[in-house]
Amino acid sequence: MTDASRFNRPARLLHWTMAALILAMLLIGVAMVTSLADYHALVALHRPLGILILLLAGLRLVNRWRHAPPPLPADLPGWQKRAAHGSHILLYGLMLAMPLIGWAMLSAARDPVVLAGPVVLPPILPQDAMVYAALRRLHTVLAYGLFAVILAHLAAALLHALIRRDGVFASMAPWRSKQPETTARP
Amino acid sequence: MTLLHHLTGASPGMTGRALLLRLSAIGSVLAGTAGTFAYAGGWLSPGLLTPARIIDRFEQVNGPHPGFRRNHAKGMCIAGRFTANGAGVRLSKASVFAAGRVSPVEGRVALAGGQPYAADAAATVRSLALRFRLPGGEEWRTGMNNIPVFPVRTPEAFYAQLLAARLDPATGKPDPERLKAFFADHPESAKAAALIKARTVTAGFADSTYWSLNAFRFVAADGGARPVRWALVPDPAPGADAAPADTNALFDAFAAQLAQGPRHWHLIVTLGRADDPTADATLPWPADRETVDVGTLTLTGATPEAASTCRDINFDPLVLPDGIVPSDDPLLSARSAAYARSFTRRAGETKTPSAVTAATLQGAAP
Repeated sequence: MTDASRFNRPARLLHWTMAALILAMLLIGVAMVTSLADYHALVALHRPLGILILLLAGLRLVNRWRHAPPPLPADLPGWQKRAAHGSHILLYGLMLAMPLIGWAMLSAARDPVVLAGPVVLPPILPQDAMVYAALRRLHTVLAYGLFAVILAHLAAALLHALIRRDGVFASMAPWRSKQPETTARP
Repeated sequence: MTLLHHLTGASPGMTGRALLLRLSAIGSVLAGTAGTFAYAGGWLSPGLLTPARIIDRFEQVNGPHPGFRRNHAKGMCIAGRFTANGAGVRLSKASVFAAGRVSPVEGRVALAGGQPYAADAAATVRSLALRFRLPGGEEWRTGMNNIPVFPVRTPEAFYAQLLAARLDPATGKPDPERLKAFFADHPESAKAAALIKARTVTAGFADSTYWSLNAFRFVAADGGARPVRWALVPDPAPGADAAPADTNALFDAFAAQLAQGPRHWHLIVTLGRADDPTADATLPWPADRETVDVGTLTLTGATPEAASTCRDINFDPLVLPDGIVPSDDPLLSARSAAYARSFTRRAGETKTPSAVTAATLQGAAP
């Protein structure tokens, strides 16, 4: 595969790091709200991880803007291209929005956003219990939405990797494929 | 298989069997991911005691009181400051203990229970919740009660006790048989109840001692950590007036006392030894443990609950500054989780004014 057919190294590194972080984050989030024994430990992990994801998502957006991703295969049906495009907008939007909503809702609740040790982020919203309640609900709804989009993304990625074998998965794979997969297609 | 080939975009060279196998592999990965998510979210363990179930039980026992805390529902905001004397510096690196540091404090005094309009009664457990504001956005929040030990050891026992101690509407008292059964199942709670019953009940909020109940750990600058409990012990107060038998007698009296002048409490830290129980809040520590007076809490005023005051603060006992960490007490994380759930529910509900209003407080002022 030529370099133009793959995401650049920073993009791949960011993708796989964030894939692990975001999945961990969703599991931590859904576990902590039902847990009594582990609630505190999970929340203490959830806050700094969220801010890390926000920073990485920002970096990723800049990298994507400066280095265009490889084009999708020309023979991909139009609706699939549109679905790919739309789901990526959702993924980027949610990975930026979720940490910001989390930060904002803790600000509205006047809970200190402790990252580690004495490091506390400043509030980004004035105190307002009703605003907190609305953002808290939104945080949950969007988390389920993000998980659903990630499942769809995973399904599509595996379909490209195992069935279409059209180079789409290889363009983001952490390893370099041995032979150009695209030439195998008639 | 042509249709499936067409739908999936598989190359015609792929056999139907290979295609089906690969599709099932994809399905398994998706099912595994969704299953892990469901497991983490507790959907596969319906018997699990969750923060939501604890708060549900409060609502079941007390009836619906939207906008109010599900426990310690009746309260009043207070404000003041904490002045550190420096003796805590060797115990904890938390900036609140630096010699001479004055930290602004806001808080809430309240009566235990989920009835926001219940009449004040001397025997009801009194609480003092505080929020110390420290430099750099750090905070220390603590919720303390005027009882020397906590009635239960675990969140599960707390959940069971809520129902066992539920007041029978006919008699206004808990069902003695149910309470007896609870104490038989939880002998540690029976012992704690005896200690709580034997405490001296003072005239009001102003002359009460408030205990941290749970153990924490203080971490010093050199990294050394030790188990601690703390208490706020009142300075001898000028003769407390006997509170009139009014619905808000305790709150009115305290507001009037604060209007006359500030009230002081010493923050007394008890240093536990390595083998002192930290994971059992029903057990007192031996009376001979070293104590350190680390500073003075001065309360200067009281105001009724209103928007963006103490009403809208979650006095989560695990909002801690660097230098104080939780112990292994299972109640701590459970309190944090249940408080968060109660806060989230009431934050979104329409608020009704507290029973303790500006009018009642002014009426009580001298």
